[in-house]
Amino acid sequence: MSTIHPDEAAARGLVRPERPEPAPGTVDGTIVDDPAAHPPLVLGDRDFHSITETICSWVEQKPPRVWMPLFALSSAVAGIGTIAIIYLIVTGVGVWGLNNPVMWGWAIVNFVWWVGIGHAGTLISAILCIFKQQWRTSINRFAEAMTIFAVICAGTFPGIHVGRIWFAWFLFPIPNSNAIWQNFRSPLLWDVFAVGTYFTISLLFWYMGMIPDLATLRDRAILRVRQGISSTPVQRLIDHTRALVYGLLALGWRFNIRAWKNYEKAYILLAGIATPLVLSVHSVVSFDFAVSILPGWHTTIFPPYFVAGAIFSGFAMVLTLLIPARELYPGLKDFVTAKTMENMCKIITLTGSMVGFAYIMEFFIAWYGANPYEGEAFLIRAFGPYWWAYFAMFFCNVISPQVFWSKWARTTPWFIFVITIFVNIGMWFERFVIVTTLSTDFLPANWDYYTPTWVDVVTFIGTLGIFGTFFLLFMRLLPMLAISEIKNVTPAAHAHLHGHGHGEGPDPTHAMGAGTDHRKGNGHG
Amino acid sequence: MAEATRDIAVVGDEGGRVYGLLAEFKDVPSFYAALGVVREAGFRRWDAYAPVPVHGADEQMGLSGSKVAWITGTFALMGLTAAVALQWWTSAEDYPLIVAGKPFWAWEQFTPIMFEVAVLFGGIATIVGMLAINGLPRFNHPLFESDAFLRASDDKFFIAIEARDPQYERAAEVLRSLDPVHIEEVRA
Repeated sequence: MSTIHPDEAAARGLVRPERPEPAPGTVDGTIVDDPAAHPPLVLGDRDFHSITETICSWVEQKPPRVWMPLFALSSAVAGIGTIAIIYLIVTGVGVWGLNNPVMWGWAIVNFVWWVGIGHAGTLISAILCIFKQQWRTSINRFAEAMTIFAVICAGTFPGIHVGRIWFAWFLFPIPNSNAIWQNFRSPLLWDVFAVGTYFTISLLFWYMGMIPDLATLRDRAILRVRQGISSTPVQRLIDHTRALVYGLLALGWRFNIRAWKNYEKAYILLAGIATPLVLSVHSVVSFDFAVSILPGWHTTIFPPYFVAGAIFSGFAMVLTLLIPARELYPGLKDFVTAKTMENMCKIITLTGSMVGFAYIMEFFIAWYGANPYEGEAFLIRAFGPYWWAYFAMFFCNVISPQVFWSKWARTTPWFIFVITIFVNIGMWFERFVIVTTLSTDFLPANWDYYTPTWVDVVTFIGTLGIFGTFFLLFMRLLPMLAISEIKNVTPAAHAHLHGHGHGEGPDPTHAMGAGTDHRKGNGHG
Repeated sequence: MAEATRDIAVVGDEGGRVYGLLAEFKDVPSFYAALGVVREAGFRRWDAYAPVPVHGADEQMGLSGSKVAWITGTFALMGLTAAVALQWWTSAEDYPLIVAGKPFWAWEQFTPIMFEVAVLFGGIATIVGMLAINGLPRFNHPLFESDAFLRASDDKFFIAIEARDPQYERAAEVLRSLDPVHIEEVRA
């Protein structure tokens, strides 16, 4: 057994070990121009034990000082938001700013915004897994948690938007006394199934990935109990509670190879089915608009354009959360390296450019299609009463992410943070611009300007509080990074390849690189 | 047998039933090599424990491929069937509605939900099936009696040969030959 007192070891895990200065121009040593070079995925020469200590210490030790104030603030905001929702339910949707042409307001804007944010988590956990992008291992747990909390916030809005919430069960095909069924031809019902499936599969995927790490926390708690490390009764109670709760959640996982074999297969299968799922969800969300016959909505570009926008906003939100977290938990910088963030910035620029292409293409088709209503809808969108929203959207989504062509911009955390805030705002405005197309429909006599009420605003801010509350609890109580997956991309996990003539053993300097993945899949043999 | 395990430490309940022998290995290379030896020695009731799914360890142990994919595929097809049946029965049979002048069973409009339900069934079955194949969830296991074993979740590597293996008499001898960090007899 280790001779180090676990408290002491964990405390050390919070502090970054001393190390030589990285080479100039490489930020933390991971930004290398040579594409053949494989910079390390985990810094600080960490062995398995130090990875366990660092990540578990965030759960087992006291949180950073600002955790409590942040938690108090976000749960207060969540509480105020809940009051706004209760006020809505007891009064009716009239408390929102909806009017006759604009019968969908902030509720649908917020729903689409939140669902879109969720997409980055699944993209990172599923699609990057299939593409064997090993840098994802340091952010996937974090991003998947973000997905789940974002989908919870998203689901709130259609739930309360139905007006008479006690009839929300009409969404589900349950036999009822009216003897009628849901309209399965409606994209709104497709949405119920798509978002419901997405939430369930994301939650299960997240949980399955966490089982080994929960078992690690369980074993550490059991060892503390058995070795009588805790001196106070309160601390002993906490140890026992941890052993019990993490023990139940870990389902008796004991790290045997026979179980790992099935686990890895299940993981790659889930990644395989989550990949088309994530693409389908925002496509179905876009059908809510595109299947209507409204000019400005009825376009075939919507599904790919929505999916690109979703990934764009989701990556921005992951960085918005990661960059402050890296400052609060200094050990995180060894796992979430400058290279990881640079990769994410590149994805933001790519998807932002796709979204920008879609905006321009919509305009081109509106002109080229020679449909006067379509043309007018787009002219009003850009130069009508909501011109300010259109230009905010265009600036934030199309122009701001282009700064990441500069290496300085994509390797400077505070600057990335600023740009991700722009992207979050821009993507909210994108949905606002689409929804307010309703304000100028076919009959000019119907036109009306839509303005939200305080209830709209407070409800939206409230969901930010709900999201923050969940996220802070996650950071406090669950392993923030995927411990076993990170161990698996360090050289220590692969040393056996030498001298056993097994497969093509990569040379040790490359064992950490993104090009040699031994992570997923055991279909060989 | 008593002779072979004479100097091996006993962990767990002294008077309990013998679960088996647990050997600890210091790193991946020695662990990986040991797996091949234990397999070659012809043991049947044994397993290996590592903090990460060591690449190739399953092959080295002589394990066959995982059956999880069959469960996923079967349940995904069941989900697809359920979605077709539900939508056909409700929309085209039990209470046909004319929507947008389309035929009652214009299947194209029903594909999104077919896909979603297939994924839902397949995904849930993948995880539940994986756990069931692994004999999980379970509340306890004799190996958890060993404090050393609890480090399998951190940085240690183990091989355990169960007492019910027909060749258990040879287990101590084989494990000793592999240069383990230490060996324990686990009782529960």
